[in-house]
Amino acid sequence: MNYNWNWGIYWQQSPEGTGTYAMLLLSGLQWTIITALCAWVIALAIGSTVGVMRTLPSKWANRFAGAWIELFRNIPILVQLFLWFFVLPELLPKTMGTALKQLPNAPFYIAVVGLGFATSARVAVQVAAGVKSLPRGQTMAGYALGLSTAQTYQHVLLPMAFRIVLPPLTSEFLNLIKNTSVALTIGLLELTFRARTMQEYSFQVFEAFTAATVLYLILNVLVVFGARALERSVAVPGYMGGGK
Amino acid sequence: MDIIISFLGFFVSLIVGILQFLIPNFDGDVVNRSWQYLFFEGMRFTLLLTLLATVLGIALGTVIALMRLSGIAPLVWFATGYTTLFRSLPLVLVIFWFYFLLPYIGAWAWGMDRPMTVGAFNSALVTFTLFEAAYFAEIMRAGIQSIPKGQAAAGHALGLNYRQVMTTIVLPQAFRNMLPVLLTQTIVLFQDTSLVYVLALTDFLGAASKVAQRDGRLVEMYLFAAVIYFIVSFSLSLLVKRLQDRVAIIR
Repeated sequence: MNYNWNWGIYWQQSPEGTGTYAMLLLSGLQWTIITALCAWVIALAIGSTVGVMRTLPSKWANRFAGAWIELFRNIPILVQLFLWFFVLPELLPKTMGTALKQLPNAPFYIAVVGLGFATSARVAVQVAAGVKSLPRGQTMAGYALGLSTAQTYQHVLLPMAFRIVLPPLTSEFLNLIKNTSVALTIGLLELTFRARTMQEYSFQVFEAFTAATVLYLILNVLVVFGARALERSVAVPGYMGGGK
Repeated sequence: MDIIISFLGFFVSLIVGILQFLIPNFDGDVVNRSWQYLFFEGMRFTLLLTLLATVLGIALGTVIALMRLSGIAPLVWFATGYTTLFRSLPLVLVIFWFYFLLPYIGAWAWGMDRPMTVGAFNSALVTFTLFEAAYFAEIMRAGIQSIPKGQAAAGHALGLNYRQVMTTIVLPQAFRNMLPVLLTQTIVLFQDTSLVYVLALTDFLGAASKVAQRDGRLVEMYLFAAVIYFIVSFSLSLLVKRLQDRVAIIR
């Protein structure tokens, strides 16, 4: 076999003139993290709303939430990103469409919105499951105290539901980080894209992918540890694994 | 075959009609010209890849789950490392890894002095099998752990050995209990196969995208592809839900 290993490649200058290959990969990692965090904000906001709607007594809220979840869960994320990136600007009124196409950093915004919406459906499923897992008595107790439905959710149900679904939400966040790599197809300069760039410039395929792999693993470990710390700090005493 | 073609044709013109109704300047012609290519080239590839990767992935995943639960330290480490590694990497990166790595592995395995030509489909199949096996392994582990210990103990008490206990008592029940979850993972896999787009393969999305680029009809082709993906995944998930209810009743 005739593959020429060159582990020093990371410290060589990349032809882009912006620094070493290591810097190239780290800038990719940075975009991965920023995109994932921004998309997570959207996913949490929409996902919590839709998830709560799924548990409301109103039939219409329920149906809307169900349709939302099915719509975003049953289309591959890659196709969803193409719809946002290629199709949406053509369907909007002409001036808006052109403005969207000329947006600086368009792949980033599209990736944030597209991944955010796609992930919102998965978050909604988890949040709804969390609320439904609470005993019915908790809702009734809220009403008995004279709280409105909104207040019951705000003060009684959601604080417990979010704690319960923290572990599955963590794995959804991990999925989101991984899914940012799909956005390389619309030109987001994230970590996998940068590993590809490095491979194309230097022909050092395996060094480039090894570095990306290690960076993804580290990112995963950090998120898992962070989530565990968060779980511990918000644990409710007397509940499963919830401290003293 | 003719029946399938005319049924699909009717179905496609129905979808095109609805899309034309919703979007005034939707060019239905490009879909009418290309749908046979999309289904008989693209969807065939997608379904074949999904099916083979599911079967092989479940087989390999079961082996890994058994290793994980074997209690033999090196096997446990290997299985844990395998599932953790693959589950923390994005599929796109894994696709690229194997696309470049397999020619070298092949050359090494067959003692050739030059990287082997693997072929795009084989490369995709190996990638998806190995990648999904990590997810199937976790599902099978949960399935095996859901079987009461007494059952395996009863098997051993009857004089069955490990292999007999697993193949005749534990695994059949684990499969049955986990069938809905396994199928849900298959739906995920079906959607994930669209990522072979990054290797420019002609799966369903790849075919749609090739026509879209050639004829400058991105809106039409991508919307049509999205509708088809939605219909297939959604109807499969409805089936899984029905199955889940039936399995639940039996238990």
